[in-house]
Amino acid sequence: MKVRVHVQRRPGIADPEGSTTAQALRSLGFDGVQEVLIGRAIDVEVATDDAGSALDQVEAMCKQLLTNPVLEDFDLEVLA
Amino acid sequence: MRVAVAVFPGTNCEHDVAYALELQGAAPELVWHTSEDLSGFDGVVLPGGFAHGDYLRTGAIARFSPIMSEVSRLAQAGRPVLGICNGFQILCEARLLSGALMANRDTSFICRPIRVRVESTNSVLTAGASQGQVIQIPLNSYEGRFVAPGDDDLVVLRYCGPDGELDERFNPNGSTDSIAGTSNAAGNVVGLMPHPERAVEELLGSADGALLIGSFVTSLQPA
Repeated sequence: MKVRVHVQRRPGIADPEGSTTAQALRSLGFDGVQEVLIGRAIDVEVATDDAGSALDQVEAMCKQLLTNPVLEDFDLEVLA
Repeated sequence: MRVAVAVFPGTNCEHDVAYALELQGAAPELVWHTSEDLSGFDGVVLPGGFAHGDYLRTGAIARFSPIMSEVSRLAQAGRPVLGICNGFQILCEARLLSGALMANRDTSFICRPIRVRVESTNSVLTAGASQGQVIQIPLNSYEGRFVAPGDDDLVVLRYCGPDGELDERFNPNGSTDSIAGTSNAAGNVVGLMPHPERAVEELLGSADGALLIGSFVTSLQPA
């Protein structure tokens, strides 16, 4: 089973990469751009057919290694 | 005084650190990150570099290297533990210091001499300095912006101007409250982004770093 971890900066943590990209989009004429936040996705495949178990395992991985709670929030999505 | 200088795959400042420690009369020894025994060492330094390629996040993988349980043991035993640049990032990831480091405010790599002001002398790095003293040492990092989790941080050094002024102009990387270095509550675990080991002789442009490294060496007690 494959689980996708969506990692995003916590609110209030400045994202200079995102704000620079937002500025670039505006300069290209996308005037409606209000904010761009750049995160990352991590796909983890675990040896189980049970979605609940896969989510539990990946959540534990997020807490221990994959994300830093000072900087980041995460959401999990079962892919297959 | 025996000091372990931890070497991870990707560490690149270990020789400079060892040289700076030697100048201050300590006996440094390079120790590979797979070591599980630091008994007999009076303290440990985690030097700069790109441990484990900085993959995932800076320091995230290094904190699980076997040597880190010994670093934690020494920290808990009150031995001096110093993390410089990437070493600071590792100590934060290992929760031996609070906070985290991320990409600089201006998303540019910074490599130049900067000034820091001594905010506290209650640390193994600054015990030999005076409160408010301005020190010039090089900064050399892309992910040097310190983010404090709250207001419980123990600030040891802040980026400042020539006369110790605190101002965003003198905050090179956008760190919270211009923080350049922090410690744990006991003051025996210290991390900082700039490199004192690269400013230990006038030939290097500044010898201010020798004061900090000397302070660390003085604080070592026989194990």
